Amino acid sequence: MVSTARTWFVRTLCAAALAAGMVGIAAAQQPIKIGFSMALTGGLAGAGKGALIAMEIWRDDVNKKGGLLGRPVQLVYYDDATQPANVPGIYTKLLEVDKVDLVVSAYGTNLIAPAMPIIMRKKLVFPSLFGLGVNEEFNYDRYFQIMPSGPDPKVDWTRGFFALAMEQNPKPRTVAIVAADAEFALNAAAGARKNAQNAGLKIVYDKTYPPATTDYTPIVRAIQATNPDIVFVGSYPPDSVGMVKAANEVGLKTKLFGGGMVGLQFAAIQKNLGPMLNGIVNYDFWVPEPTLKFSGVEEFLAKYREAAKGKGVDPYGHYLPPYAYAYLQVLGQAVEATKSLDHGKLAEHMHKTEYDTVVGKVKFGKNGEWARSRVLQVQFRDVQPDNLEQFAGPGKRIVLYPKEWKSGDIVYPYKQ
Amino acid sequence: MSKISPFWVSAAVVLAAGLAFTEIVENQYYFTAIYLILQGLIMAVAWNILGGFTGYVNFGSAAFFAVGAYTAIALDKALGLPLPLLIVAAAAICGLIGLGVGYLTLRLKGVYFAIATLAMAIVLETFITNWSYVGGARGAYILTPDKHLWFDSYSEMLFMLMLVLAVVSVAISRKLNFSRLGRGLAAIRDDEVAAECAGVPTLRLKLVSTTIMGAMMGVAGAPYPFFVTYVDPLSAFNLFVAVNAIAMPMIGGTAHWIGPVIGALLVGSMQEIVKVNISSELNILIVGVMLVLFISLAPQGIVGLVQKHFLKRKA
Amino acid sequence: MVTADLLANAVVAGLLLGGFYAAVAIGLAIIFGQLDIVNIAHPAFIIAGAYTAYILNSRFGIDPVLIGVLAAPLFFLAGAGIYRVYYGAFERTGQESLSGLAFFFGLMFIIEVVLILVYGVDYRLVQAGYIGESWRIGFVDLPFRMLVPFVVAVALTAGIYLYLARTFTGRAIQAVAQDRLALQLMGVNPIRVKQWAFGLGIATAAIAGALLIIIGPVEPSVGRQYIGRAFAIVVLGGMGSISGMFIAALILGIVESLVNTFMGPSWAPAVAFGVLLLTLALRPSGLFGR
Repeated sequence: MVSTARTWFVRTLCAAALAAGMVGIAAAQQPIKIGFSMALTGGLAGAGKGALIAMEIWRDDVNKKGGLLGRPVQLVYYDDATQPANVPGIYTKLLEVDKVDLVVSAYGTNLIAPAMPIIMRKKLVFPSLFGLGVNEEFNYDRYFQIMPSGPDPKVDWTRGFFALAMEQNPKPRTVAIVAADAEFALNAAAGARKNAQNAGLKIVYDKTYPPATTDYTPIVRAIQATNPDIVFVGSYPPDSVGMVKAANEVGLKTKLFGGGMVGLQFAAIQKNLGPMLNGIVNYDFWVPEPTLKFSGVEEFLAKYREAAKGKGVDPYGHYLPPYAYAYLQVLGQAVEATKSLDHGKLAEHMHKTEYDTVVGKVKFGKNGEWARSRVLQVQFRDVQPDNLEQFAGPGKRIVLYPKEWKSGDIVYPYKQ
Repeated sequence: MSKISPFWVSAAVVLAAGLAFTEIVENQYYFTAIYLILQGLIMAVAWNILGGFTGYVNFGSAAFFAVGAYTAIALDKALGLPLPLLIVAAAAICGLIGLGVGYLTLRLKGVYFAIATLAMAIVLETFITNWSYVGGARGAYILTPDKHLWFDSYSEMLFMLMLVLAVVSVAISRKLNFSRLGRGLAAIRDDEVAAECAGVPTLRLKLVSTTIMGAMMGVAGAPYPFFVTYVDPLSAFNLFVAVNAIAMPMIGGTAHWIGPVIGALLVGSMQEIVKVNISSELNILIVGVMLVLFISLAPQGIVGLVQKHFLKRKA
Repeated sequence: MVTADLLANAVVAGLLLGGFYAAVAIGLAIIFGQLDIVNIAHPAFIIAGAYTAYILNSRFGIDPVLIGVLAAPLFFLAGAGIYRVYYGAFERTGQESLSGLAFFFGLMFIIEVVLILVYGVDYRLVQAGYIGESWRIGFVDLPFRMLVPFVVAVALTAGIYLYLARTFTGRAIQAVAQDRLALQLMGVNPIRVKQWAFGLGIATAAIAGALLIIIGPVEPSVGRQYIGRAFAIVVLGGMGSISGMFIAALILGIVESLVNTFMGPSWAPAVAFGVLLLTLALRPSGLFGR
């Protein structure tokens, strides 16, 4: 473990040095440079490193086929350390010192937003990786979000969860909403509130908690005391784990439990929670169900699994990496189709075209979000204790919603 | 006093050089990089007024910084005030908080005081996190204009603003260091009870130094939202800000006003270089190792090392 | 909406949580409370303990608590070594207040970053048979995930309490802060005593770390969340007093749990630290100070 971590470290070191050094040498070959900032350390590094692996796979795939416009592709990136304050500096450096041709975003809302003013000033096309509703503030017409939240991202995000709930029998009447005091969870909860009101549900509990909470059982008990039919949770990895464990220990009784728990998509956490997950309905973006076998995704994941070994990232990479690959795919296809690096032309093409990617057909709407939401609601099923391999294949995370991608029927209620 | 001191000459030179820099240099990267170094410099100078001159350790620097940033956000949203007024307001509010912290020193000495500042930071963070007007935990966006009246870009303006603020902060710190007030503070640092007995108005001096410290940190924080354009409590109440505020003066030397300046320039520029060339983990590691090495081997910081060197030569 | 069973459960959950807090704070009660060394890096040592538990648990499947107990001697040695450096660089020259603080501050970052460099920032968890199970008495739930740390923490606290009160070295540790000279006259080297006590304090971090990772996932920087709480508990408990520290830990746990249950969890940190600030402002000697 120590030696692999060290080699990884040396490799990143070399990569960074190389990326910095290439500015001088590469002129002969004239590569197309794609610049970005990525969380390789700090809170989001686990996901950020996985995304980087996916992006490097894309680069290698493209270069094997002869590059873009006959020129090789080169990635130029810096670690933002999950610190928003670093992002403006990184993007100005990419544009002014490294003179990159194209830019894509870092991972996560907090790290995408600080880049926006710089990108907008230069009128660049900005494919973006998993930020929730960033463009609602900026209204930038060259922003393209690969996360399939949908045209009204903050509300569409939880629409499926509540639509699914209202189809069930007996129909739920009350809902408890609990969320972590942090950006994504609060936005998800705000959307959930709206959807709950639209569905005519009575909100019986609506509280937030600080992410540094140690013990979640008092919170789960307070929720149980209101006896809700639905428990919607907006949480981050450590609190998702805390919530699921507390719900099992307290014996939470409700009809539908889950919604917006980040972390339950990651294999290490799935393995640790094991059967405690069974019955939970939670969002996801891609799972290895037969309904979601898009062209190229299997080959990509095979390469990812190989590359991810020993790097301390998610071993299967179902959640973020396919999308990190896809947002570059979209950019690459747009460059090839327009035969240009002109950002105006690229933006126009990206607004008009439906792209074929490893995450399926991608069509952007006016505000740069997916034209139609594809937030999946999946239910954990037959999860066995202490077994990582079970999550590699189908049958453990059944897609319930949207109908188009449905791979099984819901088990309802959660626990009575 | 008729002669103009070398300090003011060099201050004027720095400002003029800064202006020339915005004219000559096109590359925007340098402005953002230097902005962060200057931000660290102001925080370090501010921390040192209490920590170095008076001997009270403040662990809650990040809270003053964040309150400064959030004052700017709130007033920008409520009244749309121009940036200079926002900075003044941030200075006023953080100065008031500093004053409150100063009253804590009435009863709390040494480590108790340090822990109280830590607790204060958490209480303030919880308050901001639950204050939905400024975005709460969701964070707040600030949209900045492309250009500024006198400068080619907004980041050049921020750079110049920060340079002016930094020079002013250093000037205040220097003034404090050499004035009667500064000697009073040093007396408190060396032995508070003895100072009290010798007729030093300890409470008043301590209140002055905590207020100035708070106001200065607020000033460092106020332009931050305009620099990053998106602020959430997690990034504003950043432990890294607090660490730098302590590490920079400790490395530079705490007894003299120039110490935190040297420390901030050295550590800050090293961090910017390491950030883009190697990795951020190493960045923190380097600060940690440097801090530990310096305080174990050269407790008086770089200034102390230099002084020792000169004393030896004279002798 | 206050019902009897909700209240009872909240109090019980608070007690269990408070017990765990006691394990986090007990090392500081010795190091900070009795030796007057502001070891702000203590939570970082706890994280190191948690990672030790994680490594051995994931490799060999050993029970985390057992790992904590086994690792304690190693932590003891590390602590004794660090005290040597600290003594040599600061205490001997009388510069411990400001420089000592910064020393431990830097140490905290070094520990954290080394863990990040080796293991990354992903959350780590342990497996143990009792995690996820719970025990129900009437309408009160006792999750083993919280109960086990509580029991271990109580045992640890009782052990340290008896050690300090009943043994010669223990009494010497209590004496070292109060009257160094008297100790020297008795033929005891105060530096050796302090080194021993510092090691003991760090050794508890191995056990506290194991308990932390039983309760929930751990990554290198979560230790920071416990800096404030741990110091708050020691101060509230009246510095050196082990029993005061234990009661303060339980009070903090119960307050947090009650706020979580009845007011809304997002205010829990402010309430806990508000109590600390008030105590510091009104009664700096702590709730149970002399």
